[in-house]
Amino acid sequence: MSATPDLAMPNTRPTPRRRQGVNFEKNSWIFMRASGLILVILVLGHLFIMNILDGGVQRINFAFVAGRWSSPFWQFWDLTMLWLAMLHGTNGLRVIIGDYAKSGKTRFWLRGILYTASAATILLGTLVIFTFDPNLS
Amino acid sequence: MASTGTLYRGGVSMWSWVAHRITGVAVLFFLYVHVLDTALIRVSPDAYDTIIASYKTPLVNLMEVGLVGAVLFHALNGLRVMAVDFWERGPRLQKQMLWVIVGIWLLVMVPGTFYMMKHTIESLFGAA
Ligand code: HEM
Repeated sequence: MSATPDLAMPNTRPTPRRRQGVNFEKNSWIFMRASGLILVILVLGHLFIMNILDGGVQRINFAFVAGRWSSPFWQFWDLTMLWLAMLHGTNGLRVIIGDYAKSGKTRFWLRGILYTASAATILLGTLVIFTFDPNLS
Repeated sequence: MASTGTLYRGGVSMWSWVAHRITGVAVLFFLYVHVLDTALIRVSPDAYDTIIASYKTPLVNLMEVGLVGAVLFHALNGLRVMAVDFWERGPRLQKQMLWVIVGIWLLVMVPGTFYMMKHTIESLFGAA
């Protein structure tokens, strides 16, 4: 790099952006919108059924959940909602960490903690849905 | 202008963005807790019923109203963000759309709060 900038061509340094292959940030932008659209139905439907309809949270217990998860429809609903909400929320917080964490080191650790917590939660939730035992006592 | 280290520019659109951020993060943190409490259904019916009983207490019940309100705002505002991004008239109507979603939010939350809190209200003040 020369010490004096070339004023005739002030802005010729290529912006550090990948020009081929997958554009991660663009895909992330699309994913936030696509997942958000599906989550409108899954999450608002879930909250309406669980918290408002037919007595709301007061009627929820083990038997209530056992009844719901005896149907593949609600298993699939809950599994899709778990994965999409976790990935959407995690990706959103990843962007937020990028906005506020000034140093690369802080960013690295905050995102590391975030990904660990989210991966563990997705795994646990998935296991619970797939291994649920209605006859457990 | 040199960076002042802030992303904020002011105005009602800024606040809708701030609210979108805060509700998004708050709901994610609740989701971590919620997957954990639901996982107790793999431990025993008693363990699950005990944790769910805490969701039925007046204070937690009130917090659920807050959660539903946060999710509903985030969902409606997310749809507004998409309308601004993809609808040709979206950018010009973004402020009007904000008032529309605030209106829908109120329209849902007023009766919604009543049904969510019905049992709590009756247990605290007696049935009408
Ligand atoms: C219910 C339907 C939902 C819709 C329509 C929706 C929509 C959106 C959209 C469009 C964005 C991107 C905003 C942007 O790029 O400027 C976003 C961001 C975000 N969402 Fe959602 N979302 C929904 C549910 C959720 C849920 C359930 C969570 C939590 C698990 C969540 C957490 C977040 C977070 C943390 C962000 C990042 C906010 C930011 O960068 O300022 N969202 N949402």
